[in-house]
Amino acid sequence: MSAAEEVVAEGNEPVEAVPKRAMTLGTGTSVVVLLLLLAVPLFAKNFVIFQLTQLLYLGLAVLALNILTGGSGQFSLGQSAFYGIGAYVTAVMMEQFNIPYFLCLPVAGVVCFGAGFLFGQPALRLSGVYLALATFALATAMPQLLKLNFLEPWTGGVQGLVVTKPDAPFGLKMSQDMWLYYFTLVVVIAIYVFSVNLLRSRSGRAFMAIRDNEIAASAMGVNVALYKTLAFGVSAGITGVAGGLSAIAVQFVAPDSFTITLAIQLFLGMVVGGVGWLPGSIVGAAFIIFVPNIAEGISKGLSGAVFGVLLFLVIYLVPHGARQVAILGQQLAGRLRRN
Amino acid sequence: MTFGRTLRTAALITAVATLTSGAALAQKKYDTGATDTEIKIGNIMPYSGPASAYGVIGKTEEAYFKMINDKGGINGRKIVYVTYDDGYSPPKAVEQVRKLVESDEVLAVFNPLGTPSNTAIQKYLNAKKIPQLFVATGATKWNDPKNFPWTIGWQPSYQSEAQIYAKWLLKERPDAKVAILYQNDDFGKDYLKGTKDGFGAKASSTIIMEESYEVSEPSIDGHIVKIKAANPDVLLIYTTPKFGAQTIKKTAELGWKPLQIITNVSASVGSVMKPAGFEASQDVLSAAYAKDGADPRWNDDADMKKWVEFLDKYMPGADKTDSSVVYGYGAAQTLVKALEQCGDDLTRANLMKQAASLKDFAPDTLLPGVKINTGPNDFAPISQLQMQKFKGEKWEPFGDIMNGDIAPE
Repeated sequence: MSAAEEVVAEGNEPVEAVPKRAMTLGTGTSVVVLLLLLAVPLFAKNFVIFQLTQLLYLGLAVLALNILTGGSGQFSLGQSAFYGIGAYVTAVMMEQFNIPYFLCLPVAGVVCFGAGFLFGQPALRLSGVYLALATFALATAMPQLLKLNFLEPWTGGVQGLVVTKPDAPFGLKMSQDMWLYYFTLVVVIAIYVFSVNLLRSRSGRAFMAIRDNEIAASAMGVNVALYKTLAFGVSAGITGVAGGLSAIAVQFVAPDSFTITLAIQLFLGMVVGGVGWLPGSIVGAAFIIFVPNIAEGISKGLSGAVFGVLLFLVIYLVPHGARQVAILGQQLAGRLRRN
Repeated sequence: MTFGRTLRTAALITAVATLTSGAALAQKKYDTGATDTEIKIGNIMPYSGPASAYGVIGKTEEAYFKMINDKGGINGRKIVYVTYDDGYSPPKAVEQVRKLVESDEVLAVFNPLGTPSNTAIQKYLNAKKIPQLFVATGATKWNDPKNFPWTIGWQPSYQSEAQIYAKWLLKERPDAKVAILYQNDDFGKDYLKGTKDGFGAKASSTIIMEESYEVSEPSIDGHIVKIKAANPDVLLIYTTPKFGAQTIKKTAELGWKPLQIITNVSASVGSVMKPAGFEASQDVLSAAYAKDGADPRWNDDADMKKWVEFLDKYMPGADKTDSSVVYGYGAAQTLVKALEQCGDDLTRANLMKQAASLKDFAPDTLLPGVKINTGPNDFAPISQLQMQKFKGEKWEPFGDIMNGDIAPE
């Protein structure tokens, strides 16, 4: 068999000897993961479904950061700001103007795309740690901006805004949690497919060219300024949609929900999932949701320390995150098949 | 036909059996989270994050329930206290509370801390009809039995406290010209509203100035100078601790001596009075509802001796000057009281009913005379405070216990 060909064996497990599309999963694995994501809620308690919904939208936010950092090579510690804007746009539209939630999300995305694109302009002059610092400033400022007085009639100020959870439509006999999960799943899959295609397109190649060597990229005729800000915009837009989904799922937005801690969590999720490997985003999101809970289960007083140790182990043992584990798994499966 | 008759007979027999088997057996009623042997209570606390200093409250409560269990529990049932960290983050609070309710299956959620966290979980808990008992925040909105019949507060609300200041001023200084400095957020506005309500019709003639500041301002000296220019003789300081210290210090620097009243929130000796300078702080007024664990006056107080005994045995090494230890003890004692009143009817509805029918209950750590009273239309357990004056290096209570009952909105 040709090395580049996919082999689908009994277990529906595709093996790629050479990961020709390092960004994504093979078709077989994707189908398995998709089936799992579709089936699990049918057998799970509402609380688990809620956690899975969290997993999906945080995964989406990590994915957005992955496009920015893994794709175009720009750092951001300011994702929480876009996430917050998205959440607030959705919450305000739903609660103050009674607009249905599925119409709010695209608006949140567009608003955040605009905000990201604009923020990308000054960020153009910065790179590396300086850019990280500039975005950090954005994340620090956001909770206070959300508390601003003249916005209070809409945002509810410090008190935040309670959001009504949507019921399942068409009289479906489905709990609110389950409906929201499937709704989120559809949104996430759509954006995932869009992102994969984006990175494989002309624009995606331009992103990666900039990431790998900015001077070479511009010599090849890539409009560096445009594509850098575009990457910021796309990333912010997707983060905004993720924030909007979070507002609906959590049923509440408050300035304290979108602090710098969130931005760092997203960054952490990206590193743990594997920088530049989109499917890893979900793994990264799982890490930031579940590992703190596990750490708290081990020791309440030392939960922070336990979390630190676990994180350290992950970075030390698998520095490339989930992507490395996936590649190891593939190699192992390949070896088993040969024997 | 036959089946119907059998059913009726069975029902009749059951009814007779229930009636004759004694009232005690018939009354045993449980909701999820309560059994013959245990009562499961959930809680969320910021053990990590910006407000982690309050985590001591959760630890105190855990230790208190351990003591109750060691003494045989409540009507023979042990309290199982499940407490999770929400990091003062509302989304995390929602996640953890859902875990408590849907995975741990607790009977009630008790003393969750922080206004944002409680706002985030209030709708969910009320929709599920799960008691959100004795929330640890001073916002006034928790006393709203009509819209949120499953949520009840505990500590005096900011508005109650402000009303008490107004009442005291009306009585002692009827001709006062009052200036109010408040933080421009819900915290400060709650105080502002309480003060105006307290002055009633005299509000417009008494309050000559309302000056607000933003919490993001580094210093509020400018505001003090501006207030002094208006020449009021009473200054109400509705600020958080940092700004409280700045205000007291600045008025002293200006050589200005109005009658100053500072919120209970900022009445901390360690973080406000001391940084402001003890000399500048003399004769500043405030109000309190709980005893100060560090005050030697309570050394011979029988109730506080119980508190000290508890700390020595169940929380060795705890900081007695930390008001969170006093707070957690009082809140936990209130919950135990409500659970005791439930008897064998441990349903959520009954627990809520009992929490709302506390009569003249006085936890060990509250000031003598301050009593907890609740009712179907009164979901604000503590609404009494006593005025206190700063003398030397500590607060000295004076005058009567005052009421600041707020009608639910």
